[in-house]
Amino acid sequence: MGTYLVKRFLLMLLTLFGMSVIIFCLLRLVPGNIVDILFDSAGFVDPAAKKEIEAELGLDRPIVVQYWHWISSLMQGDFGYSYVTEKPTMDELLPRLPITAKLAVLALGFSVLFGLPLGVISAVKQDTGLDYALRVVSLSGLSLPSFWLALLILIAFVHYFGTIPLYTRETEGFWHELWLYSVPAAAVGFRSSALIMRLTRSSMLEVLRQDYVRTARAKGASENAINYRHALKNAVLPVTTIIGIEAAFLIGGLIVTETVFNIPGVARFLVEAIQWRDYPIVQNLVMFIAIVVVVVNFIVDLLYAVLDPRIKYAD
Amino acid sequence: MAQIDHQAELSRAGANVEGRLGALLFFCRRYPLGAVGGVIVLLFVLAAVFAEYIAPHDPLTTNSALSLNQPDAQNLLGNDKMGRDMFSRIVHGARISLAVGLGSTLLGGLIGVVIGLMSGYLLGWFDLITQRIIDIMQALPLLVMALVMAAALGPSLENTIIAISIPLVPQVARVIRANTLSLREMPFVEAARAGGISESWIAVRHVLPNTLAPLIVLATAQLGSAILTEAALSFLGLGIPEPHPSWGRMLSESASEHVRTAPWLVIFPGIAISLAVFGTNLLGDALRDLLDPRQRS
Repeated sequence: MGTYLVKRFLLMLLTLFGMSVIIFCLLRLVPGNIVDILFDSAGFVDPAAKKEIEAELGLDRPIVVQYWHWISSLMQGDFGYSYVTEKPTMDELLPRLPITAKLAVLALGFSVLFGLPLGVISAVKQDTGLDYALRVVSLSGLSLPSFWLALLILIAFVHYFGTIPLYTRETEGFWHELWLYSVPAAAVGFRSSALIMRLTRSSMLEVLRQDYVRTARAKGASENAINYRHALKNAVLPVTTIIGIEAAFLIGGLIVTETVFNIPGVARFLVEAIQWRDYPIVQNLVMFIAIVVVVVNFIVDLLYAVLDPRIKYAD
Repeated sequence: MAQIDHQAELSRAGANVEGRLGALLFFCRRYPLGAVGGVIVLLFVLAAVFAEYIAPHDPLTTNSALSLNQPDAQNLLGNDKMGRDMFSRIVHGARISLAVGLGSTLLGGLIGVVIGLMSGYLLGWFDLITQRIIDIMQALPLLVMALVMAAALGPSLENTIIAISIPLVPQVARVIRANTLSLREMPFVEAARAGGISESWIAVRHVLPNTLAPLIVLATAQLGSAILTEAALSFLGLGIPEPHPSWGRMLSESASEHVRTAPWLVIFPGIAISLAVFGTNLLGDALRDLLDPRQRS
């Protein structure tokens, strides 16, 4: 188990390193950087001033040097400065992080809360009307664009409450905050819950076909005992890995949902930073997202190893 | 003891199917939901191809007199802020969404097949490096990668197709590689080798056609994702630019200001996106049940 952990950890570091290279290069694919945008909006191009600003920002050095500068600064804890506001990137990112984190956790919670039980019911009552209905609902959940769902929820909210939900003021206590964040979290979590429902269903069906379930039934165990004590525990295993993958997908949904609900979170900030070609912000933010995804997957892998005694990692 | 109707069982399994039409009818009877999905997708394809004939008005002409007009006989789905006919815009939007969806899925599939085949066949350092890169790319969410690429390339139709196709490559390459690895050891490949056929000919003519089944299933799923991602990119302003009618951009244009006054601007483009993706998902599910029953959901 120890060697497996170390191997996976090193692999994780390698992956993150590779990601940093890809992100860095992607952003600089096309000629044109923030200096060009600044001059574009100003309406004139002054070559001398342009060179000066570029030298100041370090944009005129070769790309490898720029990359090294970024990575070495990162290692020392220097996260660079935003091109747009000239404040340290951490000053921009840190206040926005908790908001997005709360949303993400809530959305994941919703998706598991609804997806898992409905998937089990769908599997247990396979091929009944209820099963078909749930399957159609889950399939439509995967087909809806999440920003459209967010828009519809917003419209409904406005219709019933008269105002749009505001996320910039201080909230009045835990329950109010929970209720306020539930609205966009439901929009983001809907798609994930549909995915989890489908996977739980197929995993559960797979398990129910196994011989040991048949044995339990032959021994006279009640349907409930079979479903919940024998089948469910085994069916949940593949779903845990999916939850790890869902963490990545959730971020995509958060990007658009935060835009629709005008939530001052980190995901919406990513879009703004991209539009401004604010490289330090975009690089660090995408790296951060990548780190979160990779770490979550790592934890899920460990969880899987803990939950499933059949997995042996001895070399 | 119940009687087994052998003829019925055989027909159900598809034994006495004659010709392509017979195969199609078999598919429709066995997978009714898949047939529904196929019909939906076909309708969208027809709308995309024959947009000029179906749409009553030009999707680009503005008419400030009709701004925010409610749906009526002349304009079936109302007008947007600039007075453009929504119905025509949605029909032409099918062309854009399908072009981007199909284009990026095909491009990503092509690149993925080449990489996957080479990876599974050549092995060695090529395989090692591409596997690492694939792992890295799969860690990032599709929208984030497409967002960064679209922002780097700039908003245009071609760039959007490229931006969406690149993140789709890792999945395809993975599937093709896995199948190639298992297929190249099969007896029929060994027989071909013994017969003196060159490895590259084997790869293309013998191995590749057998990897197509899971590839088709993956492609239909990716088509749905591609359409959704294009809508999201256009919604955020980084996808299809003016004046092309894109369903996603139609939603962002209408979103904040007219939410209460003109709900049809929000409802109909969204229904179009959802219906198109729903159709591809239904079709994809049925194809998967047909071609690879082990993956049943």
